Amino acid sequence: MTRALTILRRRLVGSVFVLLIVVIGSFLLLEAAPGDAVDAYIVSTGGDAGMIELLRHRWGLDQSELTRLASYLWALLHLDLGQSVTFSRPIREIILERLPTTLILMGSATALSFGLGSALGIYAGARPGTFRDRFLSIGSLALYAVPGFWLGLVLIVVFAVDLRWLPIGGIETIASGKTGLTRAADIATHLVLPVSALGFIYLALYLRMMRAGMAEAWRQDFVLAARARGLSRRRIVLAHVARNALLPLVTMLGLQSAQMLGGSVVIESVFAVPGLGRLAQEAVAGRDTPLLLGIILVSAVLVVVINLLVDLAYAFLDPRVGAGEASA
Amino acid sequence: MSELTISRRGLLAGSALLLASTALPAIGFAQTPKKGGRLVLAADSEPRNLNPAIVASNGVFFISSKIVETLAEASFDGKDGLQPRLALSWEGAADGLSVTFKLRDGVKWHDGKPFTSADVAFSALQIWKPLQNLGRAVFKDLEAVETPDELTAIFKFAKPTPFQLILNALPALSSVVPKHVYENGKIEDNPANNAPVGTGPFKFAEYKAGQYYRLTRNDAYWGKDEPYLDEIVYQVLPDRTSAAAALEAEEIQLAAFSAVPLADLDRISKVPGLKVITKGYEGLTYQLVVEINHRRKELADLKVRQAIAHAIDKDFVVKTVFLGYAATATGPVPKNDPQFYTADVPTYPFDVAKANALLDEAGYKRADDGKRFALKLLPAPYFNETKQFGDYLRQALAAIGIDAQIVNNDSAAHIKAVYTDHAFDLAVGPPVFRGDPAISTTILVQSGIPDGVPFSNQGGYKNAELDALIVKASETLDTAARTELYKEFQKKVAADLPLINVAEWGFISVARDTVGNIANNPRWAVSNWADTYLAG
Repeated sequence: MTRALTILRRRLVGSVFVLLIVVIGSFLLLEAAPGDAVDAYIVSTGGDAGMIELLRHRWGLDQSELTRLASYLWALLHLDLGQSVTFSRPIREIILERLPTTLILMGSATALSFGLGSALGIYAGARPGTFRDRFLSIGSLALYAVPGFWLGLVLIVVFAVDLRWLPIGGIETIASGKTGLTRAADIATHLVLPVSALGFIYLALYLRMMRAGMAEAWRQDFVLAARARGLSRRRIVLAHVARNALLPLVTMLGLQSAQMLGGSVVIESVFAVPGLGRLAQEAVAGRDTPLLLGIILVSAVLVVVINLLVDLAYAFLDPRVGAGEASA
Repeated sequence: MSELTISRRGLLAGSALLLASTALPAIGFAQTPKKGGRLVLAADSEPRNLNPAIVASNGVFFISSKIVETLAEASFDGKDGLQPRLALSWEGAADGLSVTFKLRDGVKWHDGKPFTSADVAFSALQIWKPLQNLGRAVFKDLEAVETPDELTAIFKFAKPTPFQLILNALPALSSVVPKHVYENGKIEDNPANNAPVGTGPFKFAEYKAGQYYRLTRNDAYWGKDEPYLDEIVYQVLPDRTSAAAALEAEEIQLAAFSAVPLADLDRISKVPGLKVITKGYEGLTYQLVVEINHRRKELADLKVRQAIAHAIDKDFVVKTVFLGYAATATGPVPKNDPQFYTADVPTYPFDVAKANALLDEAGYKRADDGKRFALKLLPAPYFNETKQFGDYLRQALAAIGIDAQIVNNDSAAHIKAVYTDHAFDLAVGPPVFRGDPAISTTILVQSGIPDGVPFSNQGGYKNAELDALIVKASETLDTAARTELYKEFQKKVAADLPLINVAEWGFISVARDTVGNIANNPRWAVSNWADTYLAG
């Protein structure tokens, strides 16, 4: 338990600095992009000089960059994410509306790629070099090479347009009035295609990693020892070879969570899922600095939390981790 | 090769398809409007402000024109090209200082309060004139609105204002919102801007960000038996390919504003049960224009501009970039405009040899590498077609020895680069013709416009004669004389080429055969849809 606490404490202190750097860096980056929120807005409306000046003033864009950054950080200190320029609504509200969708999408996709990927990896790695190993490795690589939006479109054409088994997009049936379990089932059916599109792409990573780790582990002395002790093949594969190959996968899981957030931008657009990725894209296009910062901050917190969990899982799986510090 | 894209179900339905495609038009005409049903359609953007009185733009109208009505709507055959909505009749004084509107009786707001002339006066003076993107220019001289009784509104202008301009502005600029909802507090912060209250055939029901807008039937609507639909749902589909798929899967029944990409239209028109409609956008014509920065020495030379105009094969652009869904342009007013268009302007037929000769004459000889000079070309990113035309223009310019480097930006960056920073030599833009050159067309060539105003002359072009003509037309009250001046305007623009008009296009709708009364006015997609129905 102390081991876990040590990890937790050290990580939290570091995280605050990481988040601060992320916020200031993103702010400067977005400021460096040409055009501001008013430029983005008048694309669809037009307007004369007076109206444009009025808008800049109303949206606080006539203040200097430093003033805006300072007031943003000051508000942040009070846990206030501020007001979105393009939606004219509190950012906390907007993000909380979208966060569950993204979490479900990401969580399911990660679970799918990790679960199926490592299971297939164990299957392939149990007998490296055989036909099934080659087939799975090449097949998963082919999937990995496919662009996410294209895979999404293919799934839509086959399963939603031609077979009509599943809905084309959205997170639930529009204005259906469904509640409780029927609503949950409705959301689940809507998620099948986007989760598959997102999950299948990253499946290859886990499969390849598990397989490679196992292929290596087979050559280790402890496997020979296990064999000599007369353990069943099944036990050797699962408890000795696969368990030792599992650790890098857990590291990958942490790294992957960040990438998954990025990948979901495309998938959320193709499947019209109202998640954080699409919101981020809209925030960039609309030059909505506070909204984008809010999204980046929430995503960064998510990534930090997930990596923290990964570290804890690591400590649980590998007794050596964190042990040194706990005794010191 | 289209067989490859036909689905298995499509093949099974093979013979039925053939029969249906010949029988369907006949069925369509025989049907009488049916009551009830939910129309689901694709929406590709979510406007931040749904109040059409403040933001007169097609993105806002697409949704809110069903909720908030204007004084009059555009019409193919009505008097003055208009069809009465909240106003029944209109009359302009000979001195151009007043316009009298007689309003419709018995109209109720969605909250049950009666609609009166006070609402019109409030909307005009408190919103159109000070706040509206287009109204700020058209209603700049509006001084007062008199309301002698509840059904009469008299607009009083400080300076003579052409009646023709006011009439042409009515469909887009005259959305009336309720005074009692807006009179307290700041108009820009009013919650009704995101949940509009109007007199229209549909009421605003709900909005789920990133998912849909839902409108429900207004049972107290003034139109007899209207509206026919119970509900309209706008499903937000940000990816254009999914709009086509959603139509095929029958999840939506309509995709307007070219939500289905032009390249998909040929295939989708062969899908049984779907129809492709090119009508209903005549009043919202977009123009493909080459914007020119006259600060560049080479481009300030008329011969160079003429050479560029001769280097562009407009027919090829219409055929290849727009796949035929557009028309070639001759000048700053589109051919489909019933009032102002004239074909009697200087033209620039596609002629590479002549273009090269003009450039030689201007003194820009080809260097040893075959190039005369280089310039920066910024295609606007708002439409696929503007980007594709940018690619075409680069090649067309290469043929006459001009080396154009394409600079790609997103929308905000493009607006800033062209209209504020003037960091371009040539730009490709899609200005909109809004029924009268004074609304948003003369501004494209007029001088003296402050930096930063989008869709205006930011190319540093200055022509005193043209400026004087624009001012004169804006003060001319007689409709025939005013129209004549705008014909003169077209000639001058085509002769001096402050910009080059290449093509003009309207949008495309794709709908299920069951959707009735589509495209029955020139601004159909942004009209009130009171008579739209779903059969079967």
